[in-house]
Amino acid sequence: MAQPRVVIIGAGPAGVRCAEVFVAAGLRPTIIDEGRRDGGQIYRRQPANFSRSYEALYGTEAGRAEALHASFDKLRGQVDYLPQTLAWNISEGRVHLMHNDGVRRASSLVYDILVLCTGATDRLMPTPGWEYAGTYTLGAAQVALKSQAVAVGRQIVFLGSGPLLYLVASQYIKAGAQVAVVLDTSALALQWRALPKLWARPSLLWKGMLLLRAIRRAGVPIVRGVTPLHIAGNAESGVQGVHYRTAAGAEHHQDCDAVAMGYHLRAETQLADLARCEFSFDTASRQWLPQVDEHGRSSVAGVYLAGDGVRIRGADAAENAGRLAALTALADHGYTVAPEQTAALLQQQLRMEDFRLGLQQAFPWPAGQAAALPDTTVICRCEGITAGELRAVVTLKGAREANRAKAFSRVGMGRCQGRYCAHAGAEVIAAELDCPIAEVGRLRTQAPVKPLAFDVVEEQQ
Amino acid sequence: MSVDMSAEARSRFVRLGETERTVVNFFMNGRPVSAMQGDTLLTAMLQQGDHVRRSEFGGEKRAGFCLMGACQDCWVWNAEGGRLRACSTEVVEGMAVSTNAPESTWPNLA
Repeated sequence: MAQPRVVIIGAGPAGVRCAEVFVAAGLRPTIIDEGRRDGGQIYRRQPANFSRSYEALYGTEAGRAEALHASFDKLRGQVDYLPQTLAWNISEGRVHLMHNDGVRRASSLVYDILVLCTGATDRLMPTPGWEYAGTYTLGAAQVALKSQAVAVGRQIVFLGSGPLLYLVASQYIKAGAQVAVVLDTSALALQWRALPKLWARPSLLWKGMLLLRAIRRAGVPIVRGVTPLHIAGNAESGVQGVHYRTAAGAEHHQDCDAVAMGYHLRAETQLADLARCEFSFDTASRQWLPQVDEHGRSSVAGVYLAGDGVRIRGADAAENAGRLAALTALADHGYTVAPEQTAALLQQQLRMEDFRLGLQQAFPWPAGQAAALPDTTVICRCEGITAGELRAVVTLKGAREANRAKAFSRVGMGRCQGRYCAHAGAEVIAAELDCPIAEVGRLRTQAPVKPLAFDVVEEQQ
Repeated sequence: MSVDMSAEARSRFVRLGETERTVVNFFMNGRPVSAMQGDTLLTAMLQQGDHVRRSEFGGEKRAGFCLMGACQDCWVWNAEGGRLRACSTEVVEGMAVSTNAPESTWPNLA
């Protein structure tokens, strides 16, 4: 029997652990990575001429980051690694690639086993003024620090909810940046109530507590249960401050020249969609996610899903999921897999799922903000389309479904292809119709998943 | 602490370390400027000013948003008119970049 051709997309925690299992079984997977180096976003590697230590870069996760990088370095000779390569389409058993490593060229690859380890990006709810220069995602703020040793501003407000809010704020403080305030839209009571589920991973819960303590010890205020009102500033100067309302109803203003914002994460599901995987609505996170069984099988034979690109369970769970998907794919293709290996991983993933549900409960996506956004608020940052324009296509043109509203309003049609507006846009539509969010549906993925230059012709295989 | 935001064209990003690297010279809108080896174009350009382009829809300044190649907010252009994503392009010696889209100079024949 010819060896199955294995393609892994993504070289973060899921992709690297997945590759490791295939290599151990004697296969040579191809790893497609849009990044310059392996590690994904969470364990992103700094450029080779930077000198900060693992401890300085990754804090409590230094050991895991170093272990993942070391594992990947060891694999280098046994895999085909394609960095700076975008998988822009999947069609009829073939992945289409654009290589940006030096000479730009396009190619395609046939696969028997495809494992999508595509990760996640920040999930955004607009606040009026978020289009001003100096507004960044929480992930962006972290990338700036980790891979470039820069802060995104001189005085920074952290706004949103989720573990990343506190993690990045504490990393900024530790690196010597000026953090003005941490504004969490989630109430403390919600965080207390989620404790039983979060107890599924006591060590991670403890790390979270240490982060909070570090922020407080630095004298940086943490305000919970806030409602963001607007980001002050203008088209020329960019961000100048954040206006918010406290849980008690008082309005406050904080001067700043940068805002790092985000509400936990959204899965990067475009490639799963192009591979024709079925999706279902996840009520816990209020987002559409690809269907996957506990082993990592999608609804399409030969296509496996692992990591935050399918369920936002974080880096440790992604490592497990990557291994699990590879073991499952091997078993499905006639390889012998030790059942106890799979069983142990499955057992661990149960706790990861409890913790995921706990995080969703503790730091909920602030769906209710959508209805309250003024009509002038920009929903689509790419093309400056406002909440009022989106509401108008719902009420005046009868666009009750996300794709129709996109066609009429262009929300979701810009260069980010809905990554930063689709979730909020769906909430705006649902609020306008007073219908359940799942009824609005989800944006269908169109290839290319990111903008391409059209002067490159794909090499024929 | 209040923030002084009066200065024009001041840097947006603030270096917090790794400042002992080799200097790289490049051109921004024809002006010779310098950065450090390992800087992305976004980091390098936001040391020189507070934005990398203007929105073609609202005209406001833009300075990147996601820094991981997903949002496409940090498009800049090379001397040949090719588009670069500043957050995921490394600055190299002698590079020439523009903050203006080449099509903005095309004649409007409508």
